[in-house]
Amino acid sequence: MATQNTRTLARLMMAPSVVVLLIWMAVPLAMTLYYSFQNYNLLTPMNVSFAGFFNYQYFYTDPAFFQSIWNTLLLVLGVLAITVIGGTAIALLIDQPIFGQGIVRILVISPFFVMPPVAALIWKNMIMHPGYGVFADIAKFFGLQPIDWFAQYPLFSVIIIVAWQWLPFATLILLTALQSLDSEQKEAAEMDGANFFNRFIYLTIPHLSRAVTVVILIQTIFLLGIYAEILVTTNGGPGYASTNLTFLIYRTARLGYDVGGGAAGGIIAVVLANIVAIFLMRAVGKNLDK
Amino acid sequence: MGSITLKNVQKHFGEAKVIPSVDLEIKEGEFVVFVGPSGSGKSTLLRLIAGLEDLTGGTITIDGKDVTEAAPAARGLAMVFQSYALYPHMSVRKNIAFPLKMAKMEQSAIDKKVEAAAKVLNLTDYLERRPSQLSGGQRQRVAIGRAIVREPSAFLFDEPLSNLDAALRGTMRLEISDLHNQLKTTMIYVTHDQIEAMTMADKIVVLNRGNIEQVGSPMELYLTPRNLFVAGFIGSPRMNLITGDYARSKGAVTAGIRPEHLTLSKESGTWKGKVTVAEHLGADTFLHLDVEGIGQMTARASGEFGAHHGDTVYLTPDETKLHRFDDKGLAIKA
Repeated sequence: MATQNTRTLARLMMAPSVVVLLIWMAVPLAMTLYYSFQNYNLLTPMNVSFAGFFNYQYFYTDPAFFQSIWNTLLLVLGVLAITVIGGTAIALLIDQPIFGQGIVRILVISPFFVMPPVAALIWKNMIMHPGYGVFADIAKFFGLQPIDWFAQYPLFSVIIIVAWQWLPFATLILLTALQSLDSEQKEAAEMDGANFFNRFIYLTIPHLSRAVTVVILIQTIFLLGIYAEILVTTNGGPGYASTNLTFLIYRTARLGYDVGGGAAGGIIAVVLANIVAIFLMRAVGKNLDK
Repeated sequence: MGSITLKNVQKHFGEAKVIPSVDLEIKEGEFVVFVGPSGSGKSTLLRLIAGLEDLTGGTITIDGKDVTEAAPAARGLAMVFQSYALYPHMSVRKNIAFPLKMAKMEQSAIDKKVEAAAKVLNLTDYLERRPSQLSGGQRQRVAIGRAIVREPSAFLFDEPLSNLDAALRGTMRLEISDLHNQLKTTMIYVTHDQIEAMTMADKIVVLNRGNIEQVGSPMELYLTPRNLFVAGFIGSPRMNLITGDYARSKGAVTAGIRPEHLTLSKESGTWKGKVTVAEHLGADTFLHLDVEGIGQMTARASGEFGAHHGDTVYLTPDETKLHRFDDKGLAIKA
């Protein structure tokens, strides 16, 4: 972008996409904001009136509200912990030269290609089912009482399913980061007397910090909005045990036909997402500007 | 401390015998340079000594102890890599301190050693910087500092100067030689640059395709190359190798004469040649000539010898400095 000429041209070329993105983002946000201040229920669609902050009050006083926020954060943190730690471990393993490396890598990455509701249904009916799931079979083999995952550990079950889906993503990013570690640095550390454990602590982890930041940021964006896996497995229950904020909005808006309440929940979710984003950027964002 | 013996050392990568068999004796305190063209196995040989590669056969002994199977760190050697291999997220201080920290040394002792090394290498003002904030020469010194603090029995250098510009390379060459004189520790230095080899070495090991062609002091290699390869590799510009009638008349298959042992004249001489390119370096002028009956030759003239493209000049070899080689490329002893 050296000259005035190229700069003007660049702006002109960027303008269409910027305009489209702006409309894409601004219009739904504005509409959500608008409806959150309206009394608007689909059961009585003719009765629309200004509601003030009633919808917010209504959503806030929902008995599931605080639990859903807590569940949202637990879900995000749980999945992040499993995918970052597990992803690093798997990346370290599949970085080793083995026979059939290409096929192993494709297999490791394949969960990412399964769409979320399908994956969740498979987990629900074939793996975690207390009667004929794989886990139940394993428990029975050892003579133990099978665990009814979705009844006993509903949120944890959802975390496991979502983590399984996101593990390949983390693995892939961390694997490429591992491969970009200079081999002479590793050898230098070896000469300096660092064993495998020390090389991992002092060389690999600092080197991976940037990739981990990317994984955390991208995954957080998607994990805040987890919805399909909950819908097809626990449906938010038992009680509100696996209801996150997104699912609570769905319940309010679609099951309660309350557009106004759902919109207010949506705005609250936007605020929460921004708070999380601010904390995240404070905590890990500095890893990106090196 | 610091004598290294290689006995029948072999290294194969699959079918490729990178190093067929090497025997070498390195004495304590020597500055040994491995020199050879790329692919000659010089870096592999260094990495075998360092323990970064496994031997296919043979033994390596350091200070009388068999270290063939020992881990790199257990060999008491320190290595300076071509890319310096500094740890990018650590300050210079932490980089230099790293081997000591790994050796679980006390922090106060570490600090003292790091300060001392930094002083020797003129790095005191840069201790808190990251490697990315240093110039190439400074990074090189940090890498050397990291090697020094371990007080190794020998230093290994793997083409340490090849990433530096020409002027800096000259300075660092002096600094490393200086360091060797101060520390009196064994140093093994790998390079493809025969000028580095000639200027720094006590002993040069010329390698070609994994074989040692000749071992000797720089002047030995220059004055009495054992074969055609060493003759062509050591010395700059390269020795002129002449086959045909002239060589036969001297009782050899190939005759070699260095560019500096040709006397040039504009009037008369043994050979007549036409200048194709004249390189004026100031003090010297290198003339690339097309000589009748012989072909391409290079000659060194003094800077005052004015010659340009297309000029005709006459050459006379100093026959006392002639090298003679037989049909196997081995030198014929006078």
